[in-house]
Amino acid sequence: MRRPYLWTLLFLALAVLLSLAIGSVWIPPQDLWGILKGALLKRLPAQLETFAFIVWKIRLPRTLLIALTGAALGGSGTAYQGLFRNPLADPYLIGVASGAGLGAVIAMSIKWPYSFWGLMAIPLAAFVAALLTVLIVYALARVGNSVPTTNLILAGVAFSSFATSLTSFLMLRSTGEVRRALGWLLGGASQSGWLAVLSLLPYLILGLGILVFSGHALNLLQFGDEQAQQMGLNVSRAKSIVLLAASLATAAAVAFSGIIGFIGLIVPHILRLWWGADYRRLLPLSILGGAGALLVMDVFARVVLAPQEIPVGIVTALTGAPFFLWVLRRAKNQGYW
Amino acid sequence: MLKIESLSAAYGQRQVLHEVSLQVGSGEVVALIGPNGAGKSTLIRAISGVIPVTGGQVRTNGDDFASLSPMQRARYLAVVPQVSSLPPAFTVWETVLLGRTPYLNFLGQISQRDEELARRALERADALNLAERRVGELSGGEQQRVLLARALCQSTPILLLDEPTAHLDLQYQVSLLDLVRQLAKDDRLAVLIAMHDLNLAARCADRVALLVEGQIKALGSPQQVLLPDLISQAYGWPVQVVPHPFQDGPLVLPDRNPPHQDLE
Repeated sequence: MRRPYLWTLLFLALAVLLSLAIGSVWIPPQDLWGILKGALLKRLPAQLETFAFIVWKIRLPRTLLIALTGAALGGSGTAYQGLFRNPLADPYLIGVASGAGLGAVIAMSIKWPYSFWGLMAIPLAAFVAALLTVLIVYALARVGNSVPTTNLILAGVAFSSFATSLTSFLMLRSTGEVRRALGWLLGGASQSGWLAVLSLLPYLILGLGILVFSGHALNLLQFGDEQAQQMGLNVSRAKSIVLLAASLATAAAVAFSGIIGFIGLIVPHILRLWWGADYRRLLPLSILGGAGALLVMDVFARVVLAPQEIPVGIVTALTGAPFFLWVLRRAKNQGYW
Repeated sequence: MLKIESLSAAYGQRQVLHEVSLQVGSGEVVALIGPNGAGKSTLIRAISGVIPVTGGQVRTNGDDFASLSPMQRARYLAVVPQVSSLPPAFTVWETVLLGRTPYLNFLGQISQRDEELARRALERADALNLAERRVGELSGGEQQRVLLARALCQSTPILLLDEPTAHLDLQYQVSLLDLVRQLAKDDRLAVLIAMHDLNLAARCADRVALLVEGQIKALGSPQQVLLPDLISQAYGWPVQVVPHPFQDGPLVLPDRNPPHQDLE
């Protein structure tokens, strides 16, 4: 299959369309087109007004938030995999997501005003916690210069349950506002709305922007630190930059969309199977593919128990965990990565 | 021209290299021999700057390597590592192009000239036919040629090889070393090869450096260094040295009997 960008973009476009069309009311694609045309021409047909309200106020911001979250998870998952030279690294599995969640809840339990600046502070706390988590897990899992899979996953899972318990404890102790965090933590876009999208955007542009340009460095790092340096890479600087950028993207995603696992594992893995291991291509593709994949799962989360919604984190875990086990077996049998 | 001047290095408290001095001229192949643990790989790593040195200098044409960034250093000096755990999903072509890293901008954009140089490097390392293959599918000998091509693609005047024949079969050992020697002569490269096979060293090197416990014990032509006493003492096992039956140079043969007490 040639033309990786074309296919990935097509998938993303289709996912966006589905996410706009499907929900408590079905909005047919031709009406979506009419709404878009109406907005561009500033002349909306009267019969589309209700649909237009739904699209602009509810569906589009939610779609964007989910897409951005998926992009962040896909991109940072790929980056962690490259950084740890381990195909099973995922923001959720290595504990970064739970760490970021803990940071976010700490920030919320102090104060959680629903304003732009209030929303900006939460990702910052999540970012600091995510960074700490990654350093702790890495230090725990490292053996010499390599990070064996089992160590990484074990350290990640252990730290993750520690952070999750602490988060639960904080939420049980607190009253009122922070209880809202429960739905959020399970990965529901409970904070949808344009404000959330706008607050998430700066973190993502910075984090993913850096990651997109880190492909060459990650390619070099696949040969190990020594060879990478002998080929001319400033290894410690490159690693720190990638680590910061990936943790920033993860933290932003967690702060606004909760803890959503496995997207950062599934997406790069499939893309790598199809289009190879070159990180210069894999990173942008994972960002686009992550957005599309999470949108599809979110659509599923909306319709499976309609009219009730289930948090999308449950859907990704239900599909991702078996996938993870399959990859684990496969990696064990082939050692192909 | 590679100049190593009283280079010392340590792993933590343990001193591994003691004031090693060695020069490798352009167009010259120097083999670095010595028993396991003598510090051969450490010397290669110290020269290439991946471990900190505790004293001394590495220079080329007056430039002190310690003052150069990794990228600048990678324009002077390329390393062919031992074949071990290469990322298998990369293609040979992608792998060799990485050798152009010291000349790329921060986006890692590959120019047509980079591709041309990568093709030439593959050709010279006799690996052009492998370009489309994935590294994980290759034999050890093929992987070693790919790593050689990657180093050549760096277009450096100095080439370091760390036990390049360690895991190779006989025919690959000989062809790889002959290839490296040919490259050194054709392109006037300064080549330093760490190796443990003394007879291969005698075959491919202009000069041999014997490293024992982090110190250069002997340096000179194969005839001058591969002497029975020196080698027996360095390796702790008695050896005989006879003239090679059909080519110039010595042939080292280990004795059948275990070392005498006085050799240890």
